Amino acid sequence: MCALAHVLEREGIATVTLVTRARLFPEQMRPPRALYCDFPLGRPLGKPRDAAFQRKVLEHALALLDSCEPVLADFPEVVDDDGGAPLACAVPPRVDAGLSPAVGEARGLRAAFDRASGGGITSAIDPGFVEDSLAAFERVQAGTPWRDAGFPERPQRCTLAIRGYYEQAAVALQQSSGGARAAEAWFVDHTIAGGTIKSALAAMRASGEPGNEWGILLSTLQDR
Amino acid sequence: MLAYLQTVAVPDMGPTPFLTPRPLADAQVAIVTTAGLQVSDQEGFDWFDSSFRVLPGDRRDLVMSHHSQNFDRAGAIADLNVVYPVDRLAELVTVGLIGSVAPTHISFMGAQRELTTLIHDSGRTAAAHLREQGTDIAILTPV
Repeated sequence: MCALAHVLEREGIATVTLVTRARLFPEQMRPPRALYCDFPLGRPLGKPRDAAFQRKVLEHALALLDSCEPVLADFPEVVDDDGGAPLACAVPPRVDAGLSPAVGEARGLRAAFDRASGGGITSAIDPGFVEDSLAAFERVQAGTPWRDAGFPERPQRCTLAIRGYYEQAAVALQQSSGGARAAEAWFVDHTIAGGTIKSALAAMRASGEPGNEWGILLSTLQDR
Repeated sequence: MLAYLQTVAVPDMGPTPFLTPRPLADAQVAIVTTAGLQVSDQEGFDWFDSSFRVLPGDRRDLVMSHHSQNFDRAGAIADLNVVYPVDRLAELVTVGLIGSVAPTHISFMGAQRELTTLIHDSGRTAAAHLREQGTDIAILTPV
């Protein structure tokens, strides 16, 4: 982001950069104007569905345009990353007892996934891809080597899609995102899908194949 | 995550460029985000993709195709303005703080491994697009 600020400013566009979590980047890269906000990664305006707070962030940022020299300022309020506190989201009952546990769970969330996006950003996710990916993770969990498990894509892409699908469904079910990383924590620790991926991840690690073959399956926060 | 970010090599960008901007009340303001956004009929981002998407300001069918696992997505799922504050900018026009909101905005995808293409190619192309539509100021929102 700071590199982009240099490029745009050099090309004639005045810039104000919001920076979250890593103050060292604007300190060292010195963009023209930066507002450091101690907010969770992924929430550069701080608080979803809080228009007054978001306006305050923008007003602080735009005020930096009054400076006649490069400036790095700090937004005075902190928004904590709730990290490990999961969203309290009940998974709907499985709709088809003939499906495997993780695939059945995902199918049960389909209606919630489909009705998401009331004012938010969706993810480009094919529910069929999610189910195929979960079936592959279940096979790894059951002992199939990951290369033979029938992943429709690289496992990292599969987990991204599964996580995005579950988070989108959770926000629709709860009518709220909860605290930062709360939906992610719910997915990893309180769903069959999350447990399946964690088990599969352990099996992939135990296989001895280097991690760069199958990639990062969970965020650094949840990979524990 | 913070511990990881502190290990990332920070590129030397050289001296800080610095413009004297048009007065805010007369300025056209655009959003430039690295949230990996596209509108629903645009192509998604590929891994380490340093291209950008032009987002029409009146479109709300926004899709995120960012490839990093390491940030919260639920906030943006609940409210696009937490990464793409297009409604907040419109409100700032209403109260006279800024002159206008740009007709289009720009999205890149963050978590880039190397910045050469962005610095020498796609970043400059995005700047040219912003200039052509009359943008004076860009608010950069990171993901």
